[in-house]
Amino acid sequence: MFDPIMYLKVFAIGGLVCMIGQLLIITTKITSARILVSFLLLGVFMEAIGIFEPIKQFAGAGISVPIIGFGASLARGAIDAGNTLGVLGVFTGGLTATAGGIAAAILAGYVFGLIFNSKTKK
Amino acid sequence: MNEQERNERYNAYIEAKMPKTKPWPTLFHAFWTGGLICCLGELIKDLFLYFFPYMSTLDATNWSLIILIILASFLTGIGVYDRIGAYAGAGSIVPITGFSNSIASPALEFKREGLVFGLMAKMFIIAGPVIVSGTVASIIVGLIYLFI
Repeated sequence: MFDPIMYLKVFAIGGLVCMIGQLLIITTKITSARILVSFLLLGVFMEAIGIFEPIKQFAGAGISVPIIGFGASLARGAIDAGNTLGVLGVFTGGLTATAGGIAAAILAGYVFGLIFNSKTKK
Repeated sequence: MNEQERNERYNAYIEAKMPKTKPWPTLFHAFWTGGLICCLGELIKDLFLYFFPYMSTLDATNWSLIILIILASFLTGIGVYDRIGAYAGAGSIVPITGFSNSIASPALEFKREGLVFGLMAKMFIIAGPVIVSGTVASIIVGLIYLFI
């Protein structure tokens, strides 16, 4: 807890992941929606082949805060619940594992959407 | 003037008029802002573990993500996140805060088209594809693990 070396690793890996995203934007002019979808699918894939967990042990929030971590939770949830509940678990596991984040994003988006007005238009 | 020639001249015009941003500094911007957001997530997780010693690391991680998500929605609401995004590029898109921003931003933008078909429907204009692709992919992975 509060280990400076850990924070250094979080900063390096988290920054590196975002830099790869920026490199994709520069070279391919990819839209932000496609960035989110591709990094999420990358996370699902990394969890599926088992390389996400070791990276998370090494870099903590550096890999779990990027949307890769969201994809990995989806896959991990589906795999774990599948082991205990069978096919039903495969259906319920992914969204159960990520429900907190999705619900928070929906609630916050709704509430702040009602309270505030768009600043971008003139 | 035939169509092809016109298109070529138009492309040349766009090329000349487009603002030239040097690509390399933005890589650095994305690196440090993205890294900082991840460190903030790690810090919130550590604070939860510090104040609630019996909490599991998974729960603390989930809490840190939820707080980052709510924070990013709030910053989107007051118009700060867009300014961070203009500087940080992918540094503000790739972290989970970017997912939160992708929900809050159209919610604000389309509120004037009504509550149901504006705010509530358009919230998912970017998050929808993310959730759909993620859910489908996770079910496929789960089924593969189940039967292999």
